[in-house]
Amino acid sequence: MAGAIRPENRPLSPHLQVWRWHVTMWSSILHRVSGVGLYGAAIGLALWLMAAAAGPETYAAADAMLSAWYGQVALYLIVAALAYHLANGIRHLVFDAGAGLTPADADASAWFAILFAVAAPIGLWALLTFGA
Amino acid sequence: MSKAARSMRSPLGQVRRHGASGGGTGHFIAQRLTAIALVVLGPWFAVSAALSIRDASYLATIDFLSNPVNAVGVVLLVAVGLYHMSLGMQEVIVDYIARPPAKVALLILNAFAPLLLAVGAIFAVLLVNFGV
Repeated sequence: MAGAIRPENRPLSPHLQVWRWHVTMWSSILHRVSGVGLYGAAIGLALWLMAAAAGPETYAAADAMLSAWYGQVALYLIVAALAYHLANGIRHLVFDAGAGLTPADADASAWFAILFAVAAPIGLWALLTFGA
Repeated sequence: MSKAARSMRSPLGQVRRHGASGGGTGHFIAQRLTAIALVVLGPWFAVSAALSIRDASYLATIDFLSNPVNAVGVVLLVAVGLYHMSLGMQEVIVDYIARPPAKVALLILNAFAPLLLAVGAIFAVLLVNFGV
């Protein structure tokens, strides 16, 4: 409530390039990026279900795409995006409850979400390869 | 800015009813509620579908979707997931697209496309279970 500052003299929010890069910036940006990526994944899931209902020939076409190298890369990235969006989404639900908002807690939970996104696809791949 | 400073209307009177939309509470709550549901549905689908359909064959997929628990889970995942992603993308569009023609067109597309995909995918699951 600084009455001396007139509206035209209000300070601008600092621009991106003057901020030191910080893990909570990454966590915020990655949440958006993974969310937009999962939009595409959900479209793929819906099309995959429709292909299964359409019959073996249509399913084979979808399966050929998923089994190709780009399909496998996409599936790997989808699992990573899902894991990240899940972990960071829970982080934001905790924030909404008013907890975990100190810089130290927010940094730690941001790192956890990023590491979980790296570990989850490897874990799922290990489960499928070496598990029951 | 300077025009606003010269106005005879009070600052509160100038901003009243000029908020971003006039009401975002419903959007906020719907996004959080669907997020809580997806904390359960997302990991469940990723792990159980990967384990059940590991050979990616047509028969394994039909078997998976023919299990009543899986069918109900996938229908819930598609309905809740596509609603959640539409809410999230709406926020992204409003944040980054300023020009009304493009913004409104994308908002309309973002409202219709997930609904079309959700109805198609749910119908596909029903078709697998009850189709001829």
